[in-house]
Amino acid sequence: MKTTLTVNGEARELDADTRVTLLDALRHHLDLTGTKKGCDHGQCGACTVLVNGRRINSCLSLACMHDGDEITTIEGLGTPDDMSALQKAFVKHDGYQCGYCTPGQICSATAMLDEIRQNWPSHVSDDLNGPAKLTVEEVAERMSGNLCRCSCYPNIVDAIRDVADAEGGRS
Amino acid sequence: MTAHLKIDGPDESNRLDGMAQGVIHTPADRPEGPLKVTGTATYAAEWQLDGMATGVLARATITRGKVVRVDAEAARALPGVVDVITDSRLVRNPAQGMANESPVQAPDTVSYFGQPIALVVAETFEQARHAAHALQIQYEVDDGAAVSPEQSDEIDLPEGKQVAQGDLDQAMSAAAFSVDQTWTTPGHNSSAMEPHAAAAEWHEGKLTLRSSNQMLKYNRNEVADALGVDPENVRVLSPYVGGGFGSKLGIGPEAVAAAIAAEKLGRPVRVVMTRQQVYETVLHRSASRQRVRLAADEDGRLLGLGHDFTVYNNVGEVFSEPVAQATHFTYPGAHREIVHRVATVHRVPTGSVRAPGEAIGVTVFENAMDELAEATGIDPVELRLRNIPDRDPESGKPFSSHMLADALHDGAARFGWEGRDPTPRARLEGDWYIGTGMAAAVRVNTVMESKARLCLHPDLTAEVETDMTDIGTGTYSILTQIAAELLGLPLSQVTTRLGDTDLPPGAGSGGSWGASSAGTSVYLAGMKLREQIAEKLGVAETDLTLKDGMAIHGNRTTPLSDLLDGPLEVIGHVEGGDAGETVRQATYGSHFAEVAVNRHSGETRVRRMLGSFACGRVLNEKTARSQCLGGMTFGIGMALTEEMLFDPRDGHIANNDLAEYHLAVNADVPQLEVHFVPERDPWANPMQAKGIGELGICGAAAAITNAIWHATGVRVRDYPATLDKILPYLD
Repeated sequence: MKTTLTVNGEARELDADTRVTLLDALRHHLDLTGTKKGCDHGQCGACTVLVNGRRINSCLSLACMHDGDEITTIEGLGTPDDMSALQKAFVKHDGYQCGYCTPGQICSATAMLDEIRQNWPSHVSDDLNGPAKLTVEEVAERMSGNLCRCSCYPNIVDAIRDVADAEGGRS
Repeated sequence: MTAHLKIDGPDESNRLDGMAQGVIHTPADRPEGPLKVTGTATYAAEWQLDGMATGVLARATITRGKVVRVDAEAARALPGVVDVITDSRLVRNPAQGMANESPVQAPDTVSYFGQPIALVVAETFEQARHAAHALQIQYEVDDGAAVSPEQSDEIDLPEGKQVAQGDLDQAMSAAAFSVDQTWTTPGHNSSAMEPHAAAAEWHEGKLTLRSSNQMLKYNRNEVADALGVDPENVRVLSPYVGGGFGSKLGIGPEAVAAAIAAEKLGRPVRVVMTRQQVYETVLHRSASRQRVRLAADEDGRLLGLGHDFTVYNNVGEVFSEPVAQATHFTYPGAHREIVHRVATVHRVPTGSVRAPGEAIGVTVFENAMDELAEATGIDPVELRLRNIPDRDPESGKPFSSHMLADALHDGAARFGWEGRDPTPRARLEGDWYIGTGMAAAVRVNTVMESKARLCLHPDLTAEVETDMTDIGTGTYSILTQIAAELLGLPLSQVTTRLGDTDLPPGAGSGGSWGASSAGTSVYLAGMKLREQIAEKLGVAETDLTLKDGMAIHGNRTTPLSDLLDGPLEVIGHVEGGDAGETVRQATYGSHFAEVAVNRHSGETRVRRMLGSFACGRVLNEKTARSQCLGGMTFGIGMALTEEMLFDPRDGHIANNDLAEYHLAVNADVPQLEVHFVPERDPWANPMQAKGIGELGICGAAAAITNAIWHATGVRVRDYPATLDKILPYLD
């Protein structure tokens, strides 16, 4: 099925089996292997990408459902020579070890910081209507859809809070 | 040129402390970090090879029996299907660590539910996945297979693994205080985030296998043996490995299947396990039943101890979880009994998962010590301090270095242990009972044969090359740092290449020996290069300072580049020697945890956790700390949530994915504290560095379950400590 996606700002044409997930389309049809497959069932978050600015598990979505959508993958957030603030913070705080869940963590954190800016509450927020605060507990809660078996969670939290601080976003 | 060392005795020269570049030990960022955080590090499944087909493993739906016929007609008729591979060389079990030969083959003899039988190859993943379901496999079922140790009537007591010294029964009856309890731990799966994957490609009779493996020099021989080809014709590449934790020590069915299919079809073939296949066909940590007996005198000093346990494996496997690996030497007592039982069961085979032995053995033993502390009324830290042996209590060998007391003092002081009220269920905050607990950490230390090439160029760049892997452990970092430190170069001028069997064979990542073994090989090469540079200057190596590209001797400073008219190259080669036999070597630490247990639901939350560890010289403070975070978090999972559930009828795994096998998630893990206790162990290697990849898990879960007892007065002896095991005892 023919599908047109905008991936990292570039129009990409796809003509693939309707069973192809957005994840496999990125990895094996569009040569964007930065997005990882950890479970293929929406359980680990390694495949997290941004679709029209919101984070989703790309393994749980078929590519053909995304005609006209804007997709941002890890490759669209920065390059080794020009890393995003979160990518730099992950390196500085060692928010990764094997690196396999890392693109998903960073895509997820990118969207999560935006959710904070928009004052979306979470399960652990004290006040559903007040400004969202980026406490350790809030970051941990909001990042719990992204598993890391190397278990860099404390470093991931530090990296994200570091970036939020720099943006004045921790409030 | 080769610089060779067999480690037969201590090396007190401690040369690394005399270096000037100042990069060793520092928390340097990982050199490959920018690739990993931008998604540009390439893992096994991500190579786009021309004309590559995709294979999906088809697997057994019975527990034991024979495959009579694989009817592939329906599958072959589906669009895109290229072939259905049934071949007697397909492996039914993954290889154990360092097997160095093919694992059990005979895929038509089914020995566990989910065992690979065939490979369906298609143009695309979607087509192969669909066709694998269409395969009709006919079996001759052999009913009645034992799928749990309780059902098994084959219980082996392996020779050389049993200990009987003194008279433990007598010591138990004469003891002022004793503990005699039984614990159970469930099966654990490594659950690395990258599923096992391989892409195979043949060219003029030579196989290139891009795989996700931990120990390439062995993996090459394993693949070659399975295929029946000369290892010279096999090249394995694993520059990036998305986590291993033991599960990728040996080759697996995906690698052999990909290689066979690629050869037959004359085109590259990629096989990636699904997450369900990772649970059902990858080696797991055996569940265990462990009876621990402790006999102590009036002062809490151990007179004797017993560790009697049962683990299991599948037919034809000789590995058995070495539960008592640290029991042999951690605590004293003249009366000792270790009984190591192995049941034969038809479950997916067992093998090494992070810290095989100590992960569950130390954990349970540290629970027993907590019960002894309760019985004697002695503080748990003090009880351990009173029970530090002078020598290996079983063999009489001296310790190379013994840091348990230091780690206990350091951890206790930092955690604020002093003045703790030992009374259980004494602190209620809102709806939560609060408690603290601790445990000792112990893990054996060893060095393995390893080689690395170090090349210094006239432009003052240097390269480290070895087939050693970095599975997240920090190998890229530490090998770069060792070379830079010795050669007096900034880190940016040293490049480390790993994960390619065309490079000198390294130790591989396993058993916490990667850093010390591969690191020593680089150290040896670097020292030899220093000697060559010193010779050019006509000075002794010990009088030479290399820093920022300058060679400094006395008041003379010479640009290092002036001394190089071409590249200098040395292969460092280390081997374990008599040191491993002469002394007992181990790493030690302490774990402290504070938990909150909900009085209404029995749910446990870890509020605070701290580890203090001694592992000799710390080569990179950042990556070493991360390794400890990982180990401790594995401990949280082990304590509270991780458990493989086997169906008692057919042994299939009921929770075969990440939704049902519960790893700790971010919200389960507080901001853990990790501290290193300074240590130099001259017996370990000339760098005086020891392994740290596994120490963090050893005993970690016990600190949490001991804290649960302190919070609630409930002793959970059946891991994991889920709420149903606590709730019935709360008010």
